[in-house]
Amino acid sequence: MINKDLVIIGGGSAGMAAAVGAYDHGVKDILIIERSPFLGGILNQCIHNGFGLTEFKEELTGPEFAYRFIEQVKTRRIPYVLESTVTSINRDKLVIYTSAKEGVVEVQAKAIIMATGCYERSAGAIGIPGDRPAGILTAGQAQLFLNEYGYLCGKRIFILGSGDIGLIMARRLTLEGAKVLGVAEIMPWSNGLNRNMVQCLFDFGIPLYLSHTVSKVVGKERVERIEISQVDAHMKAIPGTEQSFNVDSLILSIGLIPNNDLLNSISCTMSRTRGAIVNEHFETDIDGIFSCGNVLHVHDLVDNVVAEAREAGKGVALYLEGKLPREDRIIACLAGDGVGYVVPQKIALDESDDSLLFKFRVKAPSKNVFIEYAFNGEVIKRVFKPVIIPSEMEIESFPKNLLKSNQGTLTVSLKAKEA
Amino acid sequence: MAVKELICITCPRGCHLTVDENLVVKGNFCPRGAVYGKQEVTNPTRIVTSTVRISGAELPLCPVKTAQPIPKGKMGDIMASINKVSLNAPIRIGDVVIANVAGTGVDVVATRNMDKVF
Repeated sequence: MINKDLVIIGGGSAGMAAAVGAYDHGVKDILIIERSPFLGGILNQCIHNGFGLTEFKEELTGPEFAYRFIEQVKTRRIPYVLESTVTSINRDKLVIYTSAKEGVVEVQAKAIIMATGCYERSAGAIGIPGDRPAGILTAGQAQLFLNEYGYLCGKRIFILGSGDIGLIMARRLTLEGAKVLGVAEIMPWSNGLNRNMVQCLFDFGIPLYLSHTVSKVVGKERVERIEISQVDAHMKAIPGTEQSFNVDSLILSIGLIPNNDLLNSISCTMSRTRGAIVNEHFETDIDGIFSCGNVLHVHDLVDNVVAEAREAGKGVALYLEGKLPREDRIIACLAGDGVGYVVPQKIALDESDDSLLFKFRVKAPSKNVFIEYAFNGEVIKRVFKPVIIPSEMEIESFPKNLLKSNQGTLTVSLKAKEA
Repeated sequence: MAVKELICITCPRGCHLTVDENLVVKGNFCPRGAVYGKQEVTNPTRIVTSTVRISGAELPLCPVKTAQPIPKGKMGDIMASINKVSLNAPIRIGDVVIANVAGTGVDVVATRNMDKVF
């Protein structure tokens, strides 16, 4: 068995940035455990540009952004193992991983950061009616096959879901010679960033069908045809609105699910959005176990992931120095009217920082609204927003001195501007 | 030219812009939006990213991009050039893969380090 101050599970953007954050705050005895043969995670297959505007003040592709962090890890000589899969953790922070090279390895950690990202919601999760032929795959699978191994998944393609990966794949598949016949989105608005609508769909004349879903898949061995239907206010297909498309592939971009099997296995308290419940230092309700990046909540921008992960690294430093309060003098943070979720869900109110960042998403697009923070029923802060949409995460700084007591409930909600 | 409505693609913020006949841009949060708005109605440009074949590396493909934005209409020509090239490892980020691609004056460069493994 080996001993480490900090074990980081996952060597993608969150894991690498967490390592750098911890190291720069004094935690030197670190091990990053990565499942794939490379550091960088999903960034390596995201060959499009648009990463890094906040972090590096320039526009990078995914592999370039990953490289910047790989260099930061290497210049600090932070140890990492590749092609190594964590098979179990326990509440005493014993981590067991396996690899072809080392066999089974036990690591006793003083702290753990979970940076395991997300997996994609698959066809089985949404119960598409019809046949189950080959040719139905997730956008991330299609992206990995195309961008890292050179396999085009089909020639005539339909995409279900307007998430960013789906939009980006619409462009990428088109540029590689496939015909993308359309993108269907069950919601009445797009789930992707505006810029991706423009440069991935509009640039190539790919139609977007809002309030539509795939209502039938037809095909014996391989997808031959799909049908889409308009949906009503309850997202039920409306009979008589079917449109048919002859395609050989159906790509799904229907959401990401935090990859939290390890935390679930040790009964960590989870939120409704399937991420861990954390305080402002990203510590879960299990002593010394932290969570950050997409495994905590799905981010739009990797720049926000790395900023969050560095904070989690700093949180570990505070924890190891004994500066995080153990006694739960805890304020609970709740999502109120119009708000889908809030991170962090708890505030520890220690002395280390004067303010914290709230991150949240609204449930529906809104105009001219206030973000309202109410502490034990009393409004303590309001921020005006001319436009606010679910596909863009809101990040708001919140001064801790607004909280006049160390017990109670803080609610973040959306309020219409009075006329 | 009437007033054109655009969504800025310079960054993920996606500002809603209007550009009038005198090329006056409104609705932009930052100065880059004004540049984009003017450019988009006069000569729209994009960065193209793709992959090229590579031998001797751990993976069969090396990701690449145009080092600067290129005119939107040239995307097809550039993809055709990119698809004809193949590389040998090792390759470093920024290595020129195609100089002056499709006569645009812009280079296609590698975006990932590809070590030689065999």
